[in-house]
This record gives sequence, structure tokens and C-alpha cells, in this order.
Amino acid sequence: MTARRLPSGGVIDRTQPLTFRFDGRVMCGLKGDTIASALLANGVRIVGRSFKYHRPRGVWGSWVDDPNAIMTIRLGDRELPNVPAATTLLENGMEIRAVNAWPSAKHDVKGGLDLLHRWLGAGFYYKMFMSPDWHLFEPSIRKMAGLGPVNTAVYDDPSDQVNAACDVLVVGGGPAGLLAARLAAERGEDVWLVEDHATLGGTSAQVTAIDGQDPEAWVTAQEAAILAAGGRILRQTTAYGIYDHQMVGLLEKFDFAAAPRRWRLRAGRIVLASGALDRPITFANNDLPGVMSLQGAADFAARYGVLVDRKVVVAARGAPAEHAIALIEQAGARLTRVAPDAPLKAFGYKGAQGIAIGGLRRFADTVLVSGGLTPLVHLWRHAGGKLDWCARRQAFLPGAMPIQMQAIGAANGTYSLHDALEEARAAGTNTPVTRVDTAEEMTPLWPKPNSKGRQWVDFQHDVTLKDVSLAAQENYVSVEHLKRYTTLGMAADQGKTANMAGLAAMAAIQDRPIPEVGTTTFRPPFVPIPIESFHGHYSKQLWHPLKRLPLETAHRALDAALCEYGGWLRPGWYGNGAAQTHIQAEAKQARETVAIFDGSSLGKIAVMGPDAAAFVNFVYYNTITTLQPGRIRYGFMLTEGGIVKDDGVIARLGPEHFLISCSSSHTDSVRLHLEAWRQDGNDPDRIFIHDETQAWATVTVTGPKARGVVETLGLPLDLGREAFPHMSLQTTSWKGQPMRLARVSFTGDLSFEMSVPARHAEALWTSLHDATKAAGGGLLGIEAMSILRAEKGYIMIGKDTDGETMPHDLGFTVPRNKKTAAFIGDRSLHSPVANAADRKQLVGLAVGGDDVIPTGAHVVLTGTRQSQGYVTSSYFSPSLGKPIALAIVAGGTNKMGQDMETWHKDARTSVTICPPCVFDPEGERLNA
Amino acid sequence: MQRFPCPFCGPRPETEFHFMGEAGKIRPKTTQAISDAEWATYLHSQRNEKGTVREVWMHLTCGEMFIMIRDSVTMEVLGTETLRKDAS
Amino acid sequence: MGAYSAWSVFKEGLRDGRGWRQAWRTPTPKKHYDVVIIGGGGHGLATAYYLTKNHGITNVAVIEKGWLGGGNTGRNTTVIRSNYFYPESAALYDLSVQLYEGLSKDLNYNVMFSQRGNLVLAYSEHEMEMAARQYNAMRLNGIDAELLGPNEVRKMAPILDFSDTARYPIHGGVNQPRAGTGRHDAVAWGFARAADQAGVDIIQNCEVQGFVMEGGRCVGVETSKGEIGAGVVGAAVAGHSSVIADLAGYDLPITSYCLQAFVSEPLKPILDTVVISPAFGTYVSQSDKGGLVIGGGLDRVPSYAQRGNMPVQEAVLGGLVEMMPALAKVKLLRHWGGIVDVTPDSSPIIGPSGVDGIYLNCGWGTGGFKAIPAGGYLLAHCLATGEHHEISKPFNRSRFETGQLVDESAASGIPH
Repeated sequence: MTARRLPSGGVIDRTQPLTFRFDGRVMCGLKGDTIASALLANGVRIVGRSFKYHRPRGVWGSWVDDPNAIMTIRLGDRELPNVPAATTLLENGMEIRAVNAWPSAKHDVKGGLDLLHRWLGAGFYYKMFMSPDWHLFEPSIRKMAGLGPVNTAVYDDPSDQVNAACDVLVVGGGPAGLLAARLAAERGEDVWLVEDHATLGGTSAQVTAIDGQDPEAWVTAQEAAILAAGGRILRQTTAYGIYDHQMVGLLEKFDFAAAPRRWRLRAGRIVLASGALDRPITFANNDLPGVMSLQGAADFAARYGVLVDRKVVVAARGAPAEHAIALIEQAGARLTRVAPDAPLKAFGYKGAQGIAIGGLRRFADTVLVSGGLTPLVHLWRHAGGKLDWCARRQAFLPGAMPIQMQAIGAANGTYSLHDALEEARAAGTNTPVTRVDTAEEMTPLWPKPNSKGRQWVDFQHDVTLKDVSLAAQENYVSVEHLKRYTTLGMAADQGKTANMAGLAAMAAIQDRPIPEVGTTTFRPPFVPIPIESFHGHYSKQLWHPLKRLPLETAHRALDAALCEYGGWLRPGWYGNGAAQTHIQAEAKQARETVAIFDGSSLGKIAVMGPDAAAFVNFVYYNTITTLQPGRIRYGFMLTEGGIVKDDGVIARLGPEHFLISCSSSHTDSVRLHLEAWRQDGNDPDRIFIHDETQAWATVTVTGPKARGVVETLGLPLDLGREAFPHMSLQTTSWKGQPMRLARVSFTGDLSFEMSVPARHAEALWTSLHDATKAAGGGLLGIEAMSILRAEKGYIMIGKDTDGETMPHDLGFTVPRNKKTAAFIGDRSLHSPVANAADRKQLVGLAVGGDDVIPTGAHVVLTGTRQSQGYVTSSYFSPSLGKPIALAIVAGGTNKMGQDMETWHKDARTSVTICPPCVFDPEGERLNA
Repeated sequence: MQRFPCPFCGPRPETEFHFMGEAGKIRPKTTQAISDAEWATYLHSQRNEKGTVREVWMHLTCGEMFIMIRDSVTMEVLGTETLRKDAS
Repeated sequence: MGAYSAWSVFKEGLRDGRGWRQAWRTPTPKKHYDVVIIGGGGHGLATAYYLTKNHGITNVAVIEKGWLGGGNTGRNTTVIRSNYFYPESAALYDLSVQLYEGLSKDLNYNVMFSQRGNLVLAYSEHEMEMAARQYNAMRLNGIDAELLGPNEVRKMAPILDFSDTARYPIHGGVNQPRAGTGRHDAVAWGFARAADQAGVDIIQNCEVQGFVMEGGRCVGVETSKGEIGAGVVGAAVAGHSSVIADLAGYDLPITSYCLQAFVSEPLKPILDTVVISPAFGTYVSQSDKGGLVIGGGLDRVPSYAQRGNMPVQEAVLGGLVEMMPALAKVKLLRHWGGIVDVTPDSSPIIGPSGVDGIYLNCGWGTGGFKAIPAGGYLLAHCLATGEHHEISKPFNRSRFETGQLVDESAASGIPH
């Protein structure tokens, strides 16, 4: 092998040498090199090992079609596995190692696996390892498989995700793409051109003139014209997929291992000028290093100034191949040609030394092959375009297309530059593209079943012609079965080189036409792209961002333990000591004196309008029409399935004005629910729904001394029991600001809930906190509040209920039996399952001893493992001096006084079913 | 990312929309006797057509609901209609 | 060569595999079968297999419009588990896990059921309480389970983000050790080969276009290859259940959605279990080949389009990076979508269709692969006996009328 750098030509910068190491050897490349071109220029022949047999692999192609050169690369503090060498630009200082090979690609200890190949054919693993047990074999198979290892370092460089739109997207910056983009831009269309190489021009470097001009000058002129007309050009950018509604995914690459940028580009129309790939020829030992794509070699010469060898044997067919051959000859290679359909056999150890035709041996370290071109139609298929089989070109070409998309140039099967530019003119001016039919008819050149030798179809995955034959013999003849059974086309290149040969082989074996065999599904992404591309900047605290309280600063100043509750960041408790100590103390203090609690996250949804009363009566389980202005009622909203969706209080502020208070975490879903019913089945002009949650902050004062604390605000109203009874509401003002003052209670103690515009929250909080402290009271976090409400048997939706709970399971039976008006979920409350006796119902559990039963324990019949329900809330009650628990238990209402057991991690605890409310069951404190 | 046409806000990305259900489902009058089967049909039955579908969607950002007609295979949006009965 | 074994692989290796027989035949359809099964995916093929094995019924055809195993069987994330809450679900899915445990030997085809565990993460004290509820339910249902704290989770999956900056701090999780993954294609192929050997005709590239009715009873199907008479018909056509229902004249409470999945480039072993994160909406495992197999939630828009769309890709893959930031730069090789049947309670429908002579197996939603052996076993029972197996009774379609849903998400405390 005597690959060498040509003295001139190519897009590389000869003034900027780059140093790198490959498998430990120091090498030199040039700026503009890909890793593959640099390796070739350094005479590297074996660049890796195949996946299954660990056969030596050389560079096959010069771009996305190369399945062989896959590296683990370290640069600075970054290391990435499975980097495709042919599409990655070389950078100074790269440490490059071949994946799947140890200690080096050249000397791989697992190379001996190839000796076992006759037993490791397609699907061998489906036929063995069953006895005695797959699990005995699997660990070593897993270790053998996989390519590179993941470096577990975490890099903090989020990937940009950008939305954009354009009139025309041109995919591919070769001559056809450039011209189409220029013409479209000059017509005034907003044009984007994307090119996955770092440089524009595509195959222009391989021709002597374009439109009579010097190719380089022509490319520069097109670029300038596109930019001058307002077009945009993105290099190193791959259109990786097309999605619904003309949405194209673009991936823009930057330096090695840097996060890429992903564009979501909505393109009015798309011009596909993605070119075509070379096809291997299937012959014996065609996988040897040194057997290369002819087009790849031409590209290496034209683009990177690398001549793959001075002496080469060529087996090729078709006009594009002739063009490439001429180019390589001009670059200084001596060529020997062999008939591509002759019975060829490459020979050599760890690399080709020549090719034999029958007994005749042609010696050359490099064998260039081209079995014709395969248009790159991946994006065409993503967009739902059809493919038509073209016998003349022996290729699948773009056919009917449902969206605004045209294919031109080699992607359209038009390989001549002249014709490609004609198509570009049509596409550029948004007129129909008529494919120019080439004069030359391609004689089929496909794998020959039953021919001798090991003939590779998929180089990376070691799928040979024999494997395809075996699949056919075993009747895995569908093209998808072929792929899945042999793993053909499932490697990192997703079959860009392998698929055509594979399906042609299957067609030949079965004597069916190729189009009848068909292709496997083309799935995005077109090339492997980093998962981080889909992630973006919304990370960590910005991922599902928390909702914040207006009083967060005040809470922090009071050493609140801020925790996430239903998407809100709220104080769990206050203080830096042991959590349980604080929680118990807060609960005790609230019962004994007074405490203040931030209730701002509770939903506040206003319903107004002439039909508001009828509407809320329909959306509530409870009858609401009888609620008087100024009064509050506790109730449920149900789903149409009769399941409790949310609970809370509803206040009537006026005849046509209601205020719904819903659970903090349910506000959005309740608003959606209300809107849905407002607009579907009601006159939306007579009902208005307004979510005021964020507008108001709410501070609750609760406890025996609550009235005294609220009195310190000096509100102009009578807070007395008769004038302002439990479950009533008054609107007033405080310091010139509107205030809603409600007597509702989540604790079972005398409580006042005060809401003011959110910007005045801190003033209210400070006043009330000072007064509370003066009264001997303190703060109350969510955790202590949960104890208080559990003592009262007050439920929390989603904790003490589940997705089967109906209101009568919670003891609220009256509307189910008495409400005459229709309401959401009404009919479901009378279904057979709603009437069942063994429904899970809310109960309390009386627990002996001091140990709190774990929440999540199940309730079982004593001595059995039959689950009857589960513990939903369980705490130590400081006021009662004992553990308490709520549970939902099958038929629980009728089991009062019954002894049962809880079961948690094999441990049983005796409990007695009791009513849910164990604190002040008469409600004297509540109504105080 | 699909683009749906809100009749009020114009074309907007699909993430702003919420699928509410198939169009044309009438809630039975629950103040009258309804069999379990009739109620189950109302609750659960789906046409689930492969091809042209009529569905109710909400544009979450403006809160308005509307009927969208689209193709459930090609995902092409074929049109929208208002839910308002009195709309001309 | 018939039976597969290490010995047969060795012997065939010596003679270039010339003795390997067809895994299944390509038969011409007969005029009439005792049982015709529509759908040559895992469930349909398993049904045929269990008809022959459990009921001695071998005059059976499986009719597949494309290639066998080409529907959701061939495009899922291969998770097999029975970590269910309700006894009805646990019985169903654990029957499946038990059948999977013996399946490779039973079918003489290595389906590579790899019992590497299935870990569901919990991210708060409240979620730990729910995890305990789930764990205890599983144990009481007779399913293996482990309730894990953060250190035990770290041991199982050290690649997870345990840093202070993680959006959701890991509090623990529930693991089912017997759960794991299987080789999805092999399940279809193994059942097909075994059913074929028992005499079942598997007819590929044959589309059902109508039903032959006589006196209100279905007595056959009209297909693209002609009319085929049937003593009884079973339909296991996930993704297209509503389309077949429409042809046959019964209603289904099913909505079709695209479910996407993703696979990365092959990596050396980095993750030794299946990890599910409800908070991030992503789950992931690593295949024997080395690829990360990634899944998440349904697309937002009901559809029959098997493509998938960006919003869910961003949610699922973004979620993966949040869960396991070290995998951010791993490359995605391929993503795809399949159509799943979603029922109101996300549980399957098994049993009579409502049209005499047609029985159903559908509505598996996102989890049909893990249920393949059980789905086939139970539908075979219905077809052979005309009656439910005890395990499939709760999954009769009449539950939507009685309200007796089997709604697993209900138990998680998420109200609908």
C-alpha cells in the first residue's frame, strides 16, 4: 500500500499540518482532512475490525457510506466512542483508537474468531444457548458485542435547538444543489442550503469545468450569489429526517465532541440534491483492506489530495465509474482493469495483494470497485415519497411525492453533470423536474448466488452472501426478515452500502425481480446523531420547571425546607433540625395555639356569567344552585366515569360569580376540564372562566387563637362566630387592597383564609406572622398540615383516593341519591361496579403501640395475603399522642370495629377499622 | 412537529394543542333512564377511523376549542370548524 | 436439520448449513380451517401454537397481510415484566413471564429472555410511598419484587444521575428481578416455526378484506388470496383492531396512537437492567448487541402514521439525558414508530368480539410484547373452548359496560 498525498489539489490546507495518534503511532494530517483521509495519507491500511468475526477492515468509502473506520477518539478532556472516521474532521492532538479491536486494529486478539465462522453464520444464536440456560452464555456474549465503551464523564454544554422556517430548503451543496439554491434565491424565495461536508461543491472538484467555468470559481460564484440574494448556507449540517408538515430536522456539527445545534426547519418546499453512493461488488474476500469504493477513491483524490495507491486494479461498471477512473489515472495511478462480473477473488493476508480471475492473478495492493450508484433517497422516503425501480439505472429512484419536494441530480438518478444542472434549473425555478433519461443502459451487476468464496454484503456486521442464502433456505425471504435474521443493514451505517446488494442477492436467489423484494423501511436519522441533540437548554431546574410562590423569599428567610409538592416548591417544614422534630412541633403548636400557612398554590378559578350557576351545578357532584352568595360549600368534581377528579371548596361571591378552589397540582387540569364543558355543550358566551391562581396570594391562620391574630389586621368587619360563620366568605380591603376572607379549614380548627393580590403577599404574611408569634403561635408547613388534616379524616386527592374512588366511597352519598339535575359522572355512579359492595372505601385505622404504619402498606384479612386495600396516609399525631392512619379498604364502611392486619415487606401489624376522623369528630373547634 | 390551524390564532405548533376527543359525541340526557350499554357507548366507544377523522381539539394557549378534520395516516390537516352552534 | 441445538449448529457448520430446513413453509391457503387467526404477529402466532399444543387443534391458518412479526412485535422495546398492581393484571402478565421463562426450550428457538430486572424509579417521599404500595401489591400477588433505597438503585444502575443538581433526586425504586428483555423477532419466529411444525399454515402477504357471515355468525374471511372458511376466527391485529372491527361490524373502545422507540449505536455494557423513570417519561435498557433501546410515552396526536414526531422525541431523549447525563453524546442510530391500540383502562380486551364466531385479542396498548405468550395462550383457550380461561375473564369487553375496569394507572393514584 502506497497511498500518498498528492502535491496539489483538494480542499485541504497544506499550510496547516495537524498531529494526531492512531493506535499509538504518531501521524500527521492537514487541516481539512477527515480522519479517514488522514489515515490513508499516512499509509494506514487496517483501520478497524468487523463486529462479529473481528476481520481486519480498511477504509471503504470517503463519506457517510463508510461502514468500516469507526474510532474511539480522545481530544483534551473529551472522549467519544464510535466516531465515524470518514465524516469527522481531523483536529490537532486527537488520540484515535479503533473500536472493537485490542490491542490495535492491526493486531486484534479476537481476530481468531474468524476461524469459527462456519459455526457463526446468520442467526446461529437462535439455534443454541438454550440449554442449560441462556443466562449462562449471555454475559460473555454481551461483553463480546458492542463497539466502543462510553466514557462516563458528563459535559455541560447543552445543544442548541432552534426553530426556523424558509421557503426553500436545498439539501446538498454539490453543483445541482448550488444552482437550484441560487436560482430560487434570485427569484426572491427565502432559501436555505445545507451541506454536510465542511466545504461546498460536492463532486465539483472531480470535474474540469462547470457551465464552461473553472469549477472552483463557479462554486464560489454560486455561493456569493446565494448569499447576495439573501439565502443562507449551513455547512457541516445534515438534514437527518423529514417529519410531518414539511418539518425537516437539521443537525449542524461543530468541533469534535462539541454539542451540535439542531434546527427544526419548516420548509415551504424541499429540493433533494443529496447525491448518490457507490455500490460494492460482491466477490470472494471483497472485505479485505485495500478493496475500496472507486468513487470513494476519486473523492479522496479530488477533495483531500490523497491518492489511494499508485498501482490499482479496478472492477467497475457504468458511466460514473469511467469518470472516476479517469480522475484517478490523472492523479497518477496505474490501472489494471478486470471485468466486474468475472468470478473475482481478492487475495492477501490482512489486506488485498491483488485479485484473481479464475487462475489469473493481478497483483495490486488496492482494488477499486464500483457496482454502479445508489441514489440517496432516505429523505425522500421519510417524507412519504414512493420509489420506482429503474431497470436502466438498476436503482430505486424517487417516484411520486405527497409533499412539496423535488429530487435533482444524482439523488434523482441523474449522474451526468449537464443533466443534473438542467434539473437544478427546473427545481430552482419551482417548475416540475423532468428526469433526463441517460443514454447508457446499466447491465445488472448483482451478487451471484452459489458462487464460491466468502463474499461480504455487510462489511461491518459480517453478513456474507452465504448468510443471505441461508436466510432464503430457511424461508426468511421477506426483506425485513432477511435484515433482522442476518443483521444486514443494521450496523452503524444502517446499510448504506449493504442494503442494495442484500436485497439483490435475495432477488437472485429467489429468481424474483428486485422491486418485488423491495426495500426495508428508511428510518431517521440519516446518519447517527448524538442523543443530546434532542435535549437542549431546558435542563436540570429548567426541565419541568417548578412553580414558585410569591412568598418564597419570606419562607427562605424563615429556614423553610422547600420541597416539591405537585409541581410547586413549597415549605415542607421550617427549621434546620431533624425534620420529624419540626413537623411534630408545628402540628402540636397549630392545635394548641395558632399557626400560619401559605396556601397560595391552591387553585382559584372564577366562573362568571348568566349561566354560571347552572354550569357549576353541572360540573359539581354536589348541588351548588342552592348555595347563597357569601357562602362556601365543600364538594367534588367527577370525571364522566364517576371518579373523583378533584375536591375543594366553591364560594359564591355573587349571583353570577363563583370561585372554585382546587388542589394545587390540579389547577391546570381542572381549568381544562371546565373549559371543555363550557365550550362543548354550553353557550360559551354566557359563561366565563378565569384562572386567578397566580394573581392572589393566600395566607391561612389556623388554631384556637386564630381569631385574635386576624383581628390584629384591623379589618372593617365582624369576625365573630355568628357574623362570620364557618363556610362563609367576605370581601373586604386591607391597607387599601382588596382582600377575600374565607372561613374554611383544612385543619379542623378555627381558620381564616385571607387572599390579597400577589404583590401584597409579603406585607400580609409579615403582619400575620408577627401577630402569630405574639400569640404564642408559629409556622405551619405542608408536612404538619398533612398530619392535621389526616387527624380530621380530610382527604388529599391522589393520595387518599385512587383512580377508582367515587364520592360515595368517601362517605358523600347524598347527591348520588338525591340530586335531580344532571351532573358530570352522574350515570356512572349507578353502574354495576359503582353499586358493588366491595368497593374500596375510606376508613381510619386504629393502631396499637407507638409505631407508625408505613404508608403504602396493604390492608389484609388477618392471617391471609389477600389485599383489601392500602394505607394512604399515616402519621404520629402529636395531639392524640399515638399513630393514626387513613386507608381505603374494600367494603370498609361496613367493617367499622373489625380487626385486620396491615402488610408491609412481610411484616404484619394488627389494626382496627375506625372512622376516618379521629380528632374533634363533633367539629366544635371547627365551628368555634 | 405538526402545525395545526387554530381558527382564532392561526397556524401554531402541535404542542400547543390538546386532543379532546372525537367530534359528534352527544351526551345522553342523564335525567332520563339510560341503560348501562348506552352509557358505556357514550363513555368509551370510538370510531378510530384510519383516514379522515373529525376531532375536537383545544388550543391551550387561547383556550378555544374547535373541530379539526385531518387524515390519521398522512397527518394532513384538511380543515377546521367552529364548535359554536350559532356560527354561520 | 430439524431440531436446533449446539450439536446441530456444530454439525451444520461442517457441511455449510445445507441441512437447515425452512423455519416455516409458504403454504397455499386451504378452503377451510377449524380456526383462522387474523394477524401473524406474536399474539396471532402464539395463539396458533397454543391451539396445537394445549388443545390439539392443528387445522389452523394464520393470515398476515405483510410479513410475520412485522407489526408491533417487530418494533417494540422488548421489555418483559409482570410488575402489576391488581391481581387480575398480575395473573395475566405473570402467566406470560412464566411462559417466557420456558419459551426458548419449549419452542426450541432461543428467544433470549434476559432476566436482568426492571427498575421503576421513585423521586420523592410521596413516590416512595406509592412504590411501597406497588411493591406490597406485587408481593401479595405472588410476584417477585424488591423495594430499593437510593444506594441499592445506584448499585443496579450507576449510570443514573445521583448528583445534587439532578432535577429529580433518586429516592429509591421497585425492582422486579425476573423481568427483563427478549429478542423480539425471535419470539415471532420461534412461535411461527413451532406452529408450522405442528401443522399450522402461516399465510403471509394475505390481507383480510371482509368477513363471510351466515345467519349472523362469522364462517370465514375474504382475503386477497380468496375466501377462506373458518370454524371460528380469532383477531390479533394490534394497531389495526378498529379497522378489522369495522369490517366485521363490532365496536371497540380503542384509540390508535403512534408509540415511538429509539436505538443507539452499540456500546460496551453500560446498563445491566431495564430502568423506567415515570418522572422523566423515559425508559431504557441495553440490548445484547450493545444498543440502548429507549422508549417513552405515546405521541400527542392519535394516528395510524408509523412515523413519530419531534415533540415526543425531544421529551423522551431529553428525559434520557436528564436521567443519565453521561449518555448525552451517545449517538442515536434509528428511531421508529408503531401503532398501538389504547383502551380506556389501558388493559387488553380478550374474548368474544360481539359478533358470533369472532374472538379478540387486542388493546394491549404500549405493552403487548411482554404479553405475547399469555395473549396467545388465552385466545387459544377461547377459540378452542368457546369460553374464557379464568385469567382472561376480567378482560372481557363487557367490563366497559359494568364499569369493572382494570385500570393500573388508577392504582398509582393518578385520577383521570
